Amino acid sequence: MNNAHPGLPEFDYIKPATLAEASQFLVQHENESRPFMGGTDIIVRMRDGFWKDKYLVEVKHLEGMTSIHFDPVKGLTIGAATSMNNVAAHPDIQRYYPLLAEAANSVASYQLRNRATVVGNICNASPAGDTTGASMVLGGVLSVHGAGGLRTEPLTTFFLGPGKTVLKPGDIVTAITFPIPPKGWAGKYIKLGRNALSDLSIVGVTVLGYPDAATKSGYRFHIVLASVAPVPFVAAAAEAVLAEKTISDDVLDAAAAAAMDGCKPIDDVRSSARYRKLMVRNLTRKALDEVWTKIK
Amino acid sequence: MNTPINIKVKVNGKEYKRAVEPRLLLSDFLRHDLELTGTHVGCEHGMCGACTVIMDGVSVRSCLIFAVQADGHEIETADGLGTEDALHPLQQAFMEEHALQCGFCTPGFLMTIIPFLRENPNPTDEEIRTAIDGNLCRCTGYENIVKAVKKASVKMAGKAK
Ligand SMILES: Cc1cc2nc3c(=O)[nH]c(=O)nc-3n(C[C@H](O)[C@H](O)[C@H](O)COP(=O)(O)OP(=O)(O)OC[C@H]3O[C@@H](n4cnc5c(N)ncnc54)[C@H](O)[C@@H]3O)c2cc1C
Ligand code: FES
Ligand code: FES
Repeated sequence: MNNAHPGLPEFDYIKPATLAEASQFLVQHENESRPFMGGTDIIVRMRDGFWKDKYLVEVKHLEGMTSIHFDPVKGLTIGAATSMNNVAAHPDIQRYYPLLAEAANSVASYQLRNRATVVGNICNASPAGDTTGASMVLGGVLSVHGAGGLRTEPLTTFFLGPGKTVLKPGDIVTAITFPIPPKGWAGKYIKLGRNALSDLSIVGVTVLGYPDAATKSGYRFHIVLASVAPVPFVAAAAEAVLAEKTISDDVLDAAAAAAMDGCKPIDDVRSSARYRKLMVRNLTRKALDEVWTKIK
Repeated sequence: MNTPINIKVKVNGKEYKRAVEPRLLLSDFLRHDLELTGTHVGCEHGMCGACTVIMDGVSVRSCLIFAVQADGHEIETADGLGTEDALHPLQQAFMEEHALQCGFCTPGFLMTIIPFLRENPNPTDEEIRTAIDGNLCRCTGYENIVKAVKKASVKMAGKAK
């Protein structure tokens, strides 16, 4: 036995037999352990010295973690450890939730997507996460196994800050579920990055729209922006414009401007805040146009 | 802490049993413990694709997997392709089309393309470009790699891969 990479900190690899055992271990080792899925965030964070967990708790092998199930009434359930490629290639997802497949396919490279998971992307809680927006606009709800048993967490209230979520020590997300999407819907994800291969978004825009008799305009839109706030940003002002005013080119312009005005991005290595704002407006306009053309 | 774990891994059809530290990367396990140096290591951050191997039939980054996670799984590396006298058709095509210069990226390309051709034996240029978009090459400019894949796909068509 020899030659471990010196750049990686020492840790123990734990492979529990059941979810209960896994949750219990994570509670007992609060702040020094974490659930281990695709590892595409974890291994890089450990290698770069940011995370120093003493224990990685394998959860991919546990019951139901890699199954995908579609029910025409209840909707879609994706086991948490399902790889992004398996999500993107699944016939029911391509047919009924193409926006999710599109978002998964926008992440890095094919080889990475054979390991990376949608749920890991969400739990990592990066505001740049490419699959978070699609999961939110499609009404995603997480199934969570914690110290107190099973519960659900809707994505609308899941994110607290960069890397911070409502998950507590011992919590393991076992699946993400989606309701049947609204009738007549269409969606679009536009990712702006420096290159497609390995880059996080400078700005990401997810739009979902559908006819809705309950609004004044007769349509409802959900818009989530990536990389413009500490958490995935719901462009509520823009959504309101589109619900209230009869939709025209001018109203789409106004909604895109409202999305720009509502977000407060920062300057960082990937882009200036000013550029991000302008791109939010342009790309929201572009995504709205595409969705509107399909649903009107 | 750092408790070694016994693993059993099949690599290129041969079974290996080893005790490994949990932090040992699959890439380092292959190169150092098994002395299979056909897998190259570039960025060690999942970006360049040099370390690509096949795990249970699909291409993955071996620098983003711990050796313990390969326990009970089957790995294929470039070491298991052809020999110097009898190159694998894909290796032969890479040579004939000058699809490599320094060769550092080559094993990663090979192990990306092999499962791709198993699934899509008759790819278009566009599909080939998409398939290799997770592999970086500093030398060739990619054109000859695309040509080599095309050539290999024609040669391999009909034959079991
Ligand atoms: C080269 C490279 C390129 C990348 N490019 C992109 C990109 O373009 N777009 C993008 O969005 N991301 C990108 N990423 C980031 C990463 O691949 C994603 O965030 C990925 O989806 C994480 O999933 P995972 O299964 O690998 O998570 P892991 O690394 O295993 O886990 C991530 C975090 O979530 C927690 N977690 C995971 N699963 C659970 C669970 N079931 N229950 C509770 N907590 C859990 C873990 O404890 C950990 O804190 C890239 C990463 C690399 C290395
Ligand atoms: S060495 Fe693994 S992707 Fe670069
Ligand atoms: S041949 Fe030199 S990097 Fe590709």
